[in-house]
Amino acid sequence: MSVLPEDPQRGGAEAPASAYGRIAGAGVDTTHRAILYLEDITVSFDGFKALNRLTLTIDSGELRCIIGPNGAGKTTMMDVITGRTRPDTGTAYFGQTIDLTLLTEAEIAHAGIGRKFQKPTVFEQHTVFENLELAMKTDKRARHSLFAQLGSVERDKIAATLDLIRLSNAAGRLAGTLSHGQKQWLEIGMLLMQEPQLLLLDEPVAGMTDEETERTVELLHELNGKHSIVVVEHDMDFVARIANTVTVLHEGGVLAEGPMNAVQQDPRVIEVYLGR
Amino acid sequence: MGPLSATFTRLYGPRGWLMLALFGSVLFVVFPVFNLVVPPDSPFHISAYWVTLIGKIMCYGMVALAMDLIWGYTGILSLGHGLFFALGGYAFGMYLMRQIGADGQYRVNMPDFMVFLDWKEFPWHWWNSDQFWWSALLVVLVPGLLAFVFGYFAFRSRVKGVYFSIITQALTYAAMLAFFRNAMGFGGNNGFTDFKRILGIPITTPETRMALFAITGLALIATLLLGRYIVTSKFGRILTAIRDAESRVMASGYDTLWYKLFIWTLSAVICGIAGALYVPQVGIINPSEMSPANSIEIAIWVAVGGRGTLVGALLGAGIVNGAKSWFTVAFPEYWLFFLGLIFILVTLFMPDGVVGAFRQLRDKVRMRKSAPVLADTPS
Repeated sequence: MSVLPEDPQRGGAEAPASAYGRIAGAGVDTTHRAILYLEDITVSFDGFKALNRLTLTIDSGELRCIIGPNGAGKTTMMDVITGRTRPDTGTAYFGQTIDLTLLTEAEIAHAGIGRKFQKPTVFEQHTVFENLELAMKTDKRARHSLFAQLGSVERDKIAATLDLIRLSNAAGRLAGTLSHGQKQWLEIGMLLMQEPQLLLLDEPVAGMTDEETERTVELLHELNGKHSIVVVEHDMDFVARIANTVTVLHEGGVLAEGPMNAVQQDPRVIEVYLGR
Repeated sequence: MGPLSATFTRLYGPRGWLMLALFGSVLFVVFPVFNLVVPPDSPFHISAYWVTLIGKIMCYGMVALAMDLIWGYTGILSLGHGLFFALGGYAFGMYLMRQIGADGQYRVNMPDFMVFLDWKEFPWHWWNSDQFWWSALLVVLVPGLLAFVFGYFAFRSRVKGVYFSIITQALTYAAMLAFFRNAMGFGGNNGFTDFKRILGIPITTPETRMALFAITGLALIATLLLGRYIVTSKFGRILTAIRDAESRVMASGYDTLWYKLFIWTLSAVICGIAGALYVPQVGIINPSEMSPANSIEIAIWVAVGGRGTLVGALLGAGIVNGAKSWFTVAFPEYWLFFLGLIFILVTLFMPDGVVGAFRQLRDKVRMRKSAPVLADTPS
């Protein structure tokens, strides 16, 4: 089965218009259940091993939380998956056949991995609507953007996402004027517009009020099962409320993995992280 | 509504088109009539001085628009745009030199500086320079190709911010030093001047001058509308997004290299065309056009008028150059101090330039008049 489109830059130009509800689209082969395989990944910066023979598998449709103390390698792991950092050794596969270590950042985005950064980055000088428009899955080559027009299908998609992230009333506002929590949702909305198969969320509730955190829990429950989601988070209460499976990273490798309550009982985990 | 009228309303609202029509009628009706028809002794006569001055400022206006596209909208500050302007000017100047024919000092069918250097043949890069179409092609191709190749390597290596600005500054300085050399075959430090004809027509008659003026006006308006088309398109929104958060644009799946390269090359081509229109009106082109100070001045025009507004770039070019033409006559030795002062004052008190200050004022008036204005949703 051929997996990558001949030209990854073309993205979904020829792909049939579909809702983002699908778990696995044309690009990624998840016939063996897993959508992401990391095997024996090592990344060192000046001798410091940020990742040390990390092995991790994420199943299709799963919502996985990754926790761990500072310096455990959580962000580096995200960087490897999105092509920002190249591993020294090891393999990273998206589905059965897409070798992530060979693709550029833009190609990985087109292949179906969307990432939310730790600090919310939205286009502050654009309206909420335009932010979603720019993120939308489409032909993203320069010559196409010069003459691109929004059709009603695209408008409906944007409206649906605005509803989901509860920003329908703020569509015309500049993104820079949103509250911190709203920016986080907008960024998640932008990821959803890319119709990713795998969503990577780096600390989605950092700096949020309790009410906003509550709303984010709801949002993730709505997305659960429709997308494969990896959440990196410090907030234990939040993790306990959304996670089925939790992976604890420590010193660049996996320390423990399992349901939240089992992990919380693990003496090694208590020692390095939860106990303190 | 058809796609054409949709494009019209996208570019400007009714008031915008009205302003543009007014501007056009001043250029294409008032100026020709009051310059050519009204007799010179009438108090209403527009003199050749004004026609040349406004024509020149309109060329600068095109450069300012080009600068605004790359700096104001995309966030890439070029301090070498004077180079593209000068290259366009030189490319067309070669043709104007050939049009002199045998009417030069030495009565030979060759530019004076070549005779002076005792050259017997034209150097290779003067090939076909007596053909108008060839020169017009070079006006676009030379700045365009240079910008494309330079931009490809700079943007691919992700050269950004102040590093990019410094490299462009060095580029125009290096080119200036090269053009000062007589061996380059561009007339050394004297450059090209003493033009006699264009397309066989005498170049200094009032009619030719007015024709050049009108063509420049058309080119300026075309550049404005083209720029407006780009910045109101999705492409333009991506440019602004690159300016504000390039990493997010890349993570969204855009290859920003081609976006930056397109707008950068287009910007250089516009400068080249402006330079080609400038030379026959002003009557001279020499390497001082490539001096670093000239390129910095272009950035000042845009900063004064207001970055990222297009119309602000035009205003800035008009205000600064208008002030310059008065100042350099009244207090020639103080002009650079005054320019520096304008720049400092604008940076301190009007970070969004004249247009920004105007908008602030307008919003204040509106706030006072009415209840909070609801942001309109895009339709």
